[in-house]
Amino acid sequence: MTPFLRQLYAAFLRVAVAVELQYRASSVIWLLGVIVEPVIYLAIWSAVATAQGGEIGGFGPQDFAAYYLVLTLVNQITGGWHMWEFQFRVQQGQFAFLLLRPVHPIHGDLAENLAHKAVMQVVLVPVVIGLGFAFAPRFALDAASLALFLPALVLAFALRFVVEWTLALACFWTTRIMAVNQTYFAVLFFLSGRVAPIALLPHWLQGAADALPFRWMVAFPVELALGRLSPAEIAAGLAAQAVWLGLAWLGLAALWPRALRRFSAVGT
Amino acid sequence: MRALSILWLFAKLGFQNEAAYRANFWVQIFESVLNIASALGAVAIVFARTDTLAGWRAGELVALLGVYFVVYGAIHIVISPSLTKFMEDVRTGALDFTLVKPADAQLLVSLSEVRVWKLVDLLLGVVILGYGLWRIAADVGALEALGFAIALVAGALTVYGFWIVLATCAFWFVRLENVLMIFWNMYQAGRWPVDVYPRWLRWTLTGLVPVALAVTVPAEALAGRLSARNLALACAVALAVTLGSRWFWKIGLRRYSGASS
Repeated sequence: MTPFLRQLYAAFLRVAVAVELQYRASSVIWLLGVIVEPVIYLAIWSAVATAQGGEIGGFGPQDFAAYYLVLTLVNQITGGWHMWEFQFRVQQGQFAFLLLRPVHPIHGDLAENLAHKAVMQVVLVPVVIGLGFAFAPRFALDAASLALFLPALVLAFALRFVVEWTLALACFWTTRIMAVNQTYFAVLFFLSGRVAPIALLPHWLQGAADALPFRWMVAFPVELALGRLSPAEIAAGLAAQAVWLGLAWLGLAALWPRALRRFSAVGT
Repeated sequence: MRALSILWLFAKLGFQNEAAYRANFWVQIFESVLNIASALGAVAIVFARTDTLAGWRAGELVALLGVYFVVYGAIHIVISPSLTKFMEDVRTGALDFTLVKPADAQLLVSLSEVRVWKLVDLLLGVVILGYGLWRIAADVGALEALGFAIALVAGALTVYGFWIVLATCAFWFVRLENVLMIFWNMYQAGRWPVDVYPRWLRWTLTGLVPVALAVTVPAEALAGRLSARNLALACAVALAVTLGSRWFWKIGLRRYSGASS
């Protein structure tokens, strides 16, 4: 990192943390949005496992609890909201100001994202621990998996961030970016391990999950942390993450100049 | 009667506004179909692994999703846009113009914005509801149909009262749009019958945010599993919330001092 970028990130982070701390009430509402969905599917799959004699596909109620509690954290840490924000940037002409700055706008977004995540952990981690008391998860942790969890999490975050930022560029071509966003989030919901662990999906959906990047964004780090993967699966997963990240990066590099050429400012 | 004629007037205005953006209609259809397909897909994935969920069969859950989207559509057509606009009006002072009109202020702010394209959600909800009932081959008798109608009206009144209470808070806390997100975050839990959830969450979804009353209870009535006692309870809650929210609204309104310049 050049000294310029280091200073830049330090400044961006300071501003972003200050903004986060200013709107504490909305952080709590964000938190609700983060935990409701995993809790719903945790409750449903626990009920199914109990009804099927205590276990389905290697998951009992306590395994589901462990899976979805870790997923809550991973999904929050890797997730972003820039796809929604781009719509407002276009509608309200904010892009003109962002483009006037002498740095790529992705840096500001990345810093803001990291600041939000850092501040949110202060409330999210205690809440997840509290949910742990309510759902009694069973963890089978081993040191090697935990050590590899961190790089897998960072890669998952980077992959999801670059993919979502690239998809958001669609707003330079169409103003109906809501439809693009909703399609993306629907696919992500089914193929990233959120509606169910990938192993419990129907076969054709598992095939789709294997062929597409989504499972590497959320499901893979979760399964890794829970020690459900063999060393070969871990190596293949990390490699898949790296390859998809490279492809997404190339896509962003190819699209960004074209998007800029499409840009026409909306004055205020 | 007066309320209906006001609603009809705002609906006509809303249609005239939105008819100018006809492409939005197709976008709305796309979004609604995607939304409903996702919900049905999740049900299909769960029921590939089990036959019943907390005593509910797949067809009954599809019917429940139908109710979910009917209520979802109804909120999106008028309640949510109107009350969002109301909260903005409190902030900017534009509420003054509503208050000088010769009709009840709560009625006016509740109906002021009608999004006709959102009817798509409601109509697709009815289709899904019919499909679910056909799947379970339910012979919905007159009694069940009556129970369903009563439970749906009670649920709608409860949800409306809840929204009025949330929106009225704008008189005290001026920047509060995010508060409505609390409802939407919790409402997604209504895609599944509340019996599935652990006790503490079930109580939250019944007592704090009336998701259970709006979706699960009417669906139970259709599936013929709602006791007369619970139906009476739902009606009592609806009455209490309607009266309570009206009272709260009046207190809030007294605090409003106008902010126009």
